[in-house]
Amino acid sequence: MEATNHMAFIVAAYAAAVAVVGSLTAWVMLDYRAQRRKLADLEMRGVTRRSAPMRRSEPTMEKEEA
Amino acid sequence: MAIADLANPSRFLRFANRTIPWLGGVTVVAFAFGINQAMVAPDDYQQGATVKIMFLHVPGALLGTLGWGVMTIAALGTLVWRHPLADVTAKAAAPIGAAFTLLCLVTGSLWGRPMWGTYWVWDARLTSVLILFLLYLGVIALWRTVEDPSRAARAAAILTLVGAIDLPIIKFSVDWWNTLHQPASVFRFGAPTIDPSILIPLFIMTVAFTLAFATLLLAAMRNEILRRRVRTLRLMQASAAS
Repeated sequence: MEATNHMAFIVAAYAAAVAVVGSLTAWVMLDYRAQRRKLADLEMRGVTRRSAPMRRSEPTMEKEEA
Repeated sequence: MAIADLANPSRFLRFANRTIPWLGGVTVVAFAFGINQAMVAPDDYQQGATVKIMFLHVPGALLGTLGWGVMTIAALGTLVWRHPLADVTAKAAAPIGAAFTLLCLVTGSLWGRPMWGTYWVWDARLTSVLILFLLYLGVIALWRTVEDPSRAARAAAILTLVGAIDLPIIKFSVDWWNTLHQPASVFRFGAPTIDPSILIPLFIMTVAFTLAFATLLLAAMRNEILRRRVRTLRLMQASAAS
């Protein structure tokens, strides 16, 4: 069986893999930048994790702040 | 650093910041080596050159199910142990697992057309993997629907535990029912039935995809922790203003 017979399917599969892994990578990188920018913006406005008492509604992620 | 120390989000962030660049680098090297090996691998005596699609399809299938396995353990962590990073892990793993499951479905269809003569059949293996993909979409939708992260985590954890029933169905579907999809040839009792000339590139590509999964999961978890910090700061800001 010649490779050229099914080359279009093979190329399409590898293109799909590049698209999936590439999109995931771009998504996590852009999301990281966005969250860092939001945090920097809040800190620039004086809102820091020690600028106000902890809210009791979010205990799971705030244990670290003690 | 003990593994238990990573339960603390700040320590986890420091660990992630140090680990992600190295893991990403190793992933790129593993992919370069794996793709090279995949390209020089011989054609299969039955599948011909389309065996090269298997180097993507099998890791996609493995990581699609592994993703739900990670979420199932995280769901137990949320509901039973209330582990600080459990729901962060579950939320971060969902889109990554969904993407790998989609890759499995797409590459499987692209292999099926030349080999089976059709892109799709409602065979037990294919259908159970499609159900897994739909379950992923359901969990992602649930996370986006419920605003409070802790309530969303509990709801998503319950759906994840229910959805875990699909994992053994996927694995054993080819044994329980008469399917067009072939039975297990790699992850089976006894030795794999694949020739080493194809098994070795498949193994290297599976390692590369698994490294990519781990890197993306760590990065997505880091993003989720930062997102929750932003949310907390905004709530504090709103509370101080009122």
